[in-house]
Amino acid sequence: MDTILSVEGLGKTYASGHTALESVSLDIKRGEILALLGPNGAGKTTLISVICGLVTPTAGRVTVDGADIVQDYRRARSLIGLVPQEVVLEPFEKVANDVAFSRGLYGKRTDPAFMEKLLRTLSLWDKRDAPILTLSGGMKRRVLIAKALAHEPRILFLDEPTAGVDVELRKEMWETVAELKRQGVTIILTTHYIEEAEAIADRIGIISGGELLLVEEKAALMARMGRRQLTLTLAEPVARLPASLAPYDLALEDEGRSLVWSEGGDVMAGDVLAAVAKAGLSVRDVATHQRSLEEIFVALVAEDGQARKNREAA
Amino acid sequence: MNTYAIWAIYRHEMARAFRTTLQSLIAPVITTSLYFVVFGGAIGSRIAEVEGVSYASFIVPGLIMLTVLTQSVTNAAFGIFFPKFIGSIYEYLTAPISFYELVIGFVGAAATKSFLIGLIILATATLFVDVSVAHPAAMVLLLLVTCIVFALFGFIIGIWSKNFEQLQLVPLLIITPLVFLGGSFYSVSMLPDTWQTVTLFNPVVYLVSAFRWSFFGAADVNLAFSLAMIGLFAAVCLAIIGWMFRTGYRLRA
Repeated sequence: MDTILSVEGLGKTYASGHTALESVSLDIKRGEILALLGPNGAGKTTLISVICGLVTPTAGRVTVDGADIVQDYRRARSLIGLVPQEVVLEPFEKVANDVAFSRGLYGKRTDPAFMEKLLRTLSLWDKRDAPILTLSGGMKRRVLIAKALAHEPRILFLDEPTAGVDVELRKEMWETVAELKRQGVTIILTTHYIEEAEAIADRIGIISGGELLLVEEKAALMARMGRRQLTLTLAEPVARLPASLAPYDLALEDEGRSLVWSEGGDVMAGDVLAAVAKAGLSVRDVATHQRSLEEIFVALVAEDGQARKNREAA
Repeated sequence: MNTYAIWAIYRHEMARAFRTTLQSLIAPVITTSLYFVVFGGAIGSRIAEVEGVSYASFIVPGLIMLTVLTQSVTNAAFGIFFPKFIGSIYEYLTAPISFYELVIGFVGAAATKSFLIGLIILATATLFVDVSVAHPAAMVLLLLVTCIVFALFGFIIGIWSKNFEQLQLVPLLIITPLVFLGGSFYSVSMLPDTWQTVTLFNPVVYLVSAFRWSFFGAADVNLAFSLAMIGLFAAVCLAIIGWMFRTGYRLRA
C-alpha cells in the first residue's frame, strides 16, 4: 500500500484533563477519499487538528509522506491543505487577494495561470474582485476550499464540509471532491452525514470516544455488515415458530404477524420462502431491506458506548 | 526562512491599514494638530522657554512619541488579535512558517504603520511650529527602534487578550498614563525631587528623553542609559515572545 499519511499511537489529553484522542493509528493511501464518521465530540476535529498543526499531541507521531509533523513541520505542512468547519474569512478582503495570501503563507510565488484555473474550477473567477462579505454562504465555503488548495497540497482535509449546507450545494461539494480526487489529491473528510460518506468515500473510519473503532473499504464494510433482511408479513399471526423452520435463522416479530430472516451462510431467500410455504404459513407481503451504513454506524457506536459503560462499571 | 510568508503577512496587514486610511492615518494627524493648537498655541504662549526651546517646539518629540507608542501597541495587538477573534488564525498555524516569521510579518507591518504616522506627525508639526532636528539619523533610528519595540509589546498583548476589553486595557490604562507621565509635555527636571525619582521607573521617560535629545541635543537622562533601558525592554519582549513560541501560549491547545 502506498501510504501518504501515517498516524501512529496518536493521543491528546487537554490541559483540562479531557482525553480527546486515545492512541489512534491510521494509514492513509495516496489518492483515496477517507471519510471519518463519528458522533459529536468523538475526536474527529481533534485528530485533524493534530495532523494539521493546530493542536499539539500528547502521544504518538504523524508523518506526511515521510516527514514528521513536528521535526519536519515545514515539509509536512506544505503537503497539507485544511478546510475548517466554520466559515472563517477576513470579511473585507477580496477573493483573489485572500487566496493569493494563502499561497504566500506556504512560501509559494504567485502564479496567475494557476490562480485563474483554481478560481475557475471553483466557480469563483467572476467574483475574484468581490469583497468576501458580499458572497453567499456557498461561495464563502468555496473560497475556503480555494485557500486550502492555493499552495497545491497533496492532501486535503475537509472538516464537516457540508454542515448546514443545502442539498444542492452539498451535491456540488461532492462533485468538487470527486474532481480533486481525479487530479490525484488525497482527501480526508469528517462528517456526521452518513449519506455523504456513502456517496463519496473509498474507505470509512469510525471514531467514537477518541478511539478509532474501525477503518475499512466502504464496499467491504457494506458486504460484511450491511446484511440483507427478508421480512414476511403473515396472513394469520402465529403463536410460535413451526418446528420445521428451526434450521433457518428466523425471528418471529410484531406479535407473531411477521417473520424476519437475516441473510447468512449458504441459505438463499428462495429456500426460506419454500420452507415457510411448506410449513403451511400463508404470506401476505414480502419486503427486503439492506442494513445501511447508517445502521451499521449507529450499531457500532452504541456497542462501543455499552462496552465503555461496562468497563467503567467494572 | 519562508520569506514569501513574511511578505504575505506583511502585505496583508498593510492592506488592512490602507482599507481604513481615515482611521489609521488621518485620525492621528487631526489629534496631533489639536494638541498643537491647545498646548502649543493657547497654553504654550504663556509658558516661557523650556531648556532654551519654545514650549510649542519642545513638545514635538513628546507628541510624536505619544502617538507612535500608542499606535505601535494597538496596531500590533489588533493585527494578531483579529485573526484570533474571527478564527482565521488557523491558517497561520497550519502554514509551514515559524513563530519568528509570524512575528516579523506582524510586527514589521505594525511598526511600518506607526513609523509612517510618526513621520506624518512630524510633517504636520512643521506647519505649526519651527522644528529643527539636531541629529536626523539618530532621530529616524530612535523612532524606528521605538516602533519595533512597542509593536513587539503590542504583539504580546494581542496574543494574551481573550476579548476586546483586554485588548484595549493595556493601551488605555498603561501606555497612555506612562506617556503622559513620561515627560511628553514637560521636562523631568521641572518636577519636584520625589517625583523625579518616581519617574525614573517609567520606561517611557528614557524613550522621550533620548528622542528629544535627537531634536534639541539635550536630554533629561543620560543618553547611554536611555539606550540601555530601551534595549532591556526589547530583550524582555523578545524573551516573552520566545516563551510563547515554545509553549504555544493561547495559540495552540
